[in-house]
Amino acid sequence: MGNARERKTVRLKTPVTDADLATLELGDVVYLDGLIYTAREGVYKKVLENGEAPPAPFAEIGNVNFHCSPAAAQQEDGSLKVSAVTATASFRFSKWMKDWFAASGAKLIVGKGGMSEEDYRTLFVPAGAVYLTTVGYGTGALLGRGIKNVRAAHWLDELGIAQAMWVLEVEKFGPLLVESDLAGNSLFERNNREINAGIEKLYEGLKKPSLQRYGETDDREQELI
Amino acid sequence: MIAKEAVEQAAYEIMFKAGIDIPDDYLAGIKKMASAEDGDLSAFVLEAMLENYEAAKEDRRPMCADTGVPRYYVKAGNEAKLEGGFIALEEALRSATARATHDIPLRPNRVHPLWRTDHNNNVGINAPEIEYSFEPDADWVDITTVHKGGLFGTDYRMLFPGDGIDGIKRFFLDGMIAFGKRGLACQPAIVGVGLGGSKDTCMVLGKQAACLRTVGDRNPDPKIAELELELQELGNSIGMGAMGFVGKSMVVDCHIEVGYTHTGGMPMSLHAFCLSSRRATVRLHADGRAEFRTDPNWFTPYMRRETVSWEMPASAKRSA
Repeated sequence: MGNARERKTVRLKTPVTDADLATLELGDVVYLDGLIYTAREGVYKKVLENGEAPPAPFAEIGNVNFHCSPAAAQQEDGSLKVSAVTATASFRFSKWMKDWFAASGAKLIVGKGGMSEEDYRTLFVPAGAVYLTTVGYGTGALLGRGIKNVRAAHWLDELGIAQAMWVLEVEKFGPLLVESDLAGNSLFERNNREINAGIEKLYEGLKKPSLQRYGETDDREQELI
Repeated sequence: MIAKEAVEQAAYEIMFKAGIDIPDDYLAGIKKMASAEDGDLSAFVLEAMLENYEAAKEDRRPMCADTGVPRYYVKAGNEAKLEGGFIALEEALRSATARATHDIPLRPNRVHPLWRTDHNNNVGINAPEIEYSFEPDADWVDITTVHKGGLFGTDYRMLFPGDGIDGIKRFFLDGMIAFGKRGLACQPAIVGVGLGGSKDTCMVLGKQAACLRTVGDRNPDPKIAELELELQELGNSIGMGAMGFVGKSMVVDCHIEVGYTHTGGMPMSLHAFCLSSRRATVRLHADGRAEFRTDPNWFTPYMRRETVSWEMPASAKRSA
């Protein structure tokens, strides 16, 4: 079954080093071992906009920021159970990334959908950071399997399960795909360029709609993000 | 008499089944797409997904962490008797949702739209939604739940009669291309199309078409069935596969449902279900048996009934 070519597979130990990142090429498959943490709107706002101190020093929790909210529940004994995890769409965090890289020293962003090539060039390249995308995006069970332990869930009461800062101990956490490299190239945009080349043809012979609405576009190459 | 407790227990169990076990018809559809896919990244994604379904089943954990916004479809036989009536049924479904959210666990996705308050149990104002339909000559009640994820992969457009089939194809392409990039619609997926009705029924029909029909099932109207296959092929010819990578795995199946509409318009809605197509059904029989199925069997001939038997007055016949 399938015609998936053998892809280069890399296992990275966190915190990741600059040398690790330099080996990553677009489309490589990555698995992570070590500590990763989640940070999204709630955490970014607290740290970057309200100036609150991060709940744990980044030297302790590493440099891998996962854009995620887990399917999790607090158990009766107070422990936290994470069953499945998948990422949340990353493009909406662009506006915080410059400051976040400066504040946290993050080198790997793991999420859904990636950001634009322009974001990689202007935000990621200066920070020496790389973006990994989750696969599917529904590989929640495989990613859940890679979580060996919940080290902490900071700001759980204030931010709730979805927005809290989860610190997760992971082993063979993946599969993830390298979406951007250190030069700021994007795997998605490379694919989009190829797909866009054939789009006009699909509309050939279909008559124009009776009503074109405000905000609609004839440029089918435009991306949602 | 169907006991309230039986309703709650059965609803609780289908929340697990829907979240964890991929329905057979959908799994077969994905396997078929994976074997035909020649885009290497797209094929890689499909293989990872197949592995993920296995992991979910083995570990009894959800296939995807976005376990959607819980919702129930209730089909009540006209002869069914429910202990406590429909109020008790709704109470049972709400508490089953909260229990399942904690025990599976599901992601507590439901928050107030403005205050973002979160009860951490997926129950709130108008949540979970419960939709009803009825079936003649039956004494059972069917309960179906779907965990349809996320924010992408749904759209609506008011087309006009003159737009015709071209307009339908154009909007279908517009939607698939826009949502498919970067895999934001989590394709390949069952795509449901609602045609007609008023705006709200159009959205309801399209979502039901995506969530409540099985792969390979065709609309009983042969012309609509043909259009379903045409749209499926069109979607798979965009050049985009799983996760928006180059490929051809976009649409596992396309289902169209129609409703009579305003004479001046042709509303259309578009709904992509997830790559982890998540649905489960239980039929509660009058004798207390709970029969679990993966086919919601929602669109019965009664649901699609055409008109009413009615004797036209003689005066109207003359002018016709």
